[in-house]
Amino acid sequence: MSVLVFVEDWNGSFKKASFEATSYAKRWANMMDTQVIAVTNNSVSSSALHSYGADHVLQIILAKTGMGIAEQLGTLCSDVDGVVVAGTALGKTIAPALAALNNGSLSTNTISLPLSIAPIEVKRGAFSSKGIETIVLNGELPIISFVPNSIGIEEIAGNGETSAKDVSGDDLMEITEVNVASGKVALPEADAVVSAGRGLKSPDNWGMIEELANVLGAATACSKPVSDIGWRPHSEHVGQTGIQVNPNLYIAIGISGAIQHLAGVSASKTIVVVNTDPEAPFFKAADYGIVGDAFEVIPKLVDALRAFKAAS
Amino acid sequence: MNILVCISHVPDTTAKINFTADGKALDPNGVQFVINPYDEFGLTKALHLKEAHGGTITVINVGLAETEPTLRKALAIGADKAVRINAIPEDAITVAKELKNHIKANSYDLIICGQESIDYNGQQVPAMVAAMLKLPFSNACVGLTINDNTALATSEIDGGHATFQANLPMIIGGKKGLVEEKDLRIPNMRGIMSARTKPLELVEPSIIDGTTNALHFEKPAPKAAVKMVEAGNVEELVRLLHEEAKAI
Ligand SMILES: Cc1cc2nc3c(=O)[nH]c(=O)nc-3n(C[C@H](O)[C@H](O)[C@H](O)COP(=O)(O)OP(=O)(O)OC[C@H]3O[C@@H](n4cnc5c(N)ncnc54)[C@H](O)[C@@H]3O)c2cc1C
Ligand SMILES: Nc1ncnc2c1ncn2[C@@H]1O[C@H](COP(=O)(O)O)[C@@H](O)[C@H]1O
Repeated sequence: MSVLVFVEDWNGSFKKASFEATSYAKRWANMMDTQVIAVTNNSVSSSALHSYGADHVLQIILAKTGMGIAEQLGTLCSDVDGVVVAGTALGKTIAPALAALNNGSLSTNTISLPLSIAPIEVKRGAFSSKGIETIVLNGELPIISFVPNSIGIEEIAGNGETSAKDVSGDDLMEITEVNVASGKVALPEADAVVSAGRGLKSPDNWGMIEELANVLGAATACSKPVSDIGWRPHSEHVGQTGIQVNPNLYIAIGISGAIQHLAGVSASKTIVVVNTDPEAPFFKAADYGIVGDAFEVIPKLVDALRAFKAAS
Repeated sequence: MNILVCISHVPDTTAKINFTADGKALDPNGVQFVINPYDEFGLTKALHLKEAHGGTITVINVGLAETEPTLRKALAIGADKAVRINAIPEDAITVAKELKNHIKANSYDLIICGQESIDYNGQQVPAMVAAMLKLPFSNACVGLTINDNTALATSEIDGGHATFQANLPMIIGGKKGLVEEKDLRIPNMRGIMSARTKPLELVEPSIIDGTTNALHFEKPAPKAAVKMVEAGNVEELVRLLHEEAKAI
């Protein structure tokens, strides 16, 4: 028996969330005294996975879509105690499709390791971070899809085995075009996010936001009205009806902190708010606040961070 | 073109969320329920497609009688008929199986779901239905064009977009981008009047066992009070972020 983990590759290497998934699987497997099988694309060198807990790396030629990959994983699950999938865009298709194919019981949006293993219980976010649900997985195949960054990565050595296998999976459709902004930090798995709202007044003022993001190695985000008026792309809209994030650090600049915005960002570990209005509701959800004009505060903050980085 | 729009019935985005004293369920007191925001984009998209290609729009919900006002609202917005499968939406698998049974028994060219219900944040039902029926599936779908029997669907992927070509029927998990916010349809007086006489079919469920159980709900721990830093002293913020929050 074993815990199977799906490991997503990215530009010839692995996503950070993939290491988190592998180390999640290892910690779960240890609770059950069993092994971790990491399933990954055959084109990627697997060695890094062993240091995060993969006992056995199974390389397959991955299908191109979540539906195809779910079918492939499904054929590998006959002798498996559980499956771990990171809640990336792709993982969000794979986990439920796999649950449907293999009569699994699935927790998505999971934010804890298993609290117990017989039966398997985990905590998951619900009501857009306004609630935490404890759920029991009592079907045949327990599947856990977790929120990237919510668990953390632990280095635990696994056995160093690797093998390859042929498994088929039907994509059911054809990819005609892929556009991925290169070199940009993807929002859902970013460690730090710099986000700005209508307080910035014009799309021309985002230079300082991008500069701050660069210094921090952060992804950029925005409030909903900012993407609605076209100042920033839709893919940067965070909140209840946008992307949900939970970075270590979320800096909100010129955002009032409406309940729908908070719903998508309040799981962030540390929240910094910069706003001219001392009554802005966001301050109630913040760890650190500055009442001040973004146009004065942000350039100074960029300088101070540069000085800090240079000194450390 | 026959379009099915799957609608979940969820607390309004501004609702204060409380749980019952035993922590076993949402306390619905004072909560207003609405069409799941993601499904509103899907419903308006369905109306656009119907205007371009003709056809019928059916809206469906798996839920008890309390969800009927939500279905009536979808009819008022412009759906032609509604179906309610009279079951407690125990978990995503039970909902998906009920939807699958309905879809199998009817012929739809396109099944539009939302990316996510904003109540339990499952992001599960559409991919499950797609897998059960072996249909092409575009998740986080932000663009959809239909030509005869084929669809071009654009999905958000991490860091960008991917476009897929699929034969109908297919399923999408849609969101904003499918249509723009400003184009969202809201019910007008004529719509509200005609919704009263549009068919709302009640279907008894198959008996399906779920595979998960909610044991307990709690609210997240309240935040400690915010620490304010002077605007002129950003160095202090950097220090706190480094030494106290360990965030940089
Ligand atoms: C169904 C529904 C879903 C929604 N989903 C989302 C969602 O997912 N995400 C989301 O973000 N919103 C969402 N909203 C919208 C939300 O209610 C708010 O309208 C929105 O978040 C406000 O955006 P904002 O803070 O950028 O703008 P505003 O509310 O206009 O706030 C601008 C802020 O900038 C401050 N400011 C002004 N000038 C400066 C300056 N020079 N320096 C610093 N600060 C300054 C102001 O004091 C103010 O607090 C949703 C709404 C609905 C109804
Ligand atoms: N009870 C339900 N009845 C009908 N459709 C549903 C139901 N629950 C979920 N859906 C559909 O599935 C989508 C995703 O929901 P979920 O998997 O619950 O996050 C929703 O946007 C709806 O389109």
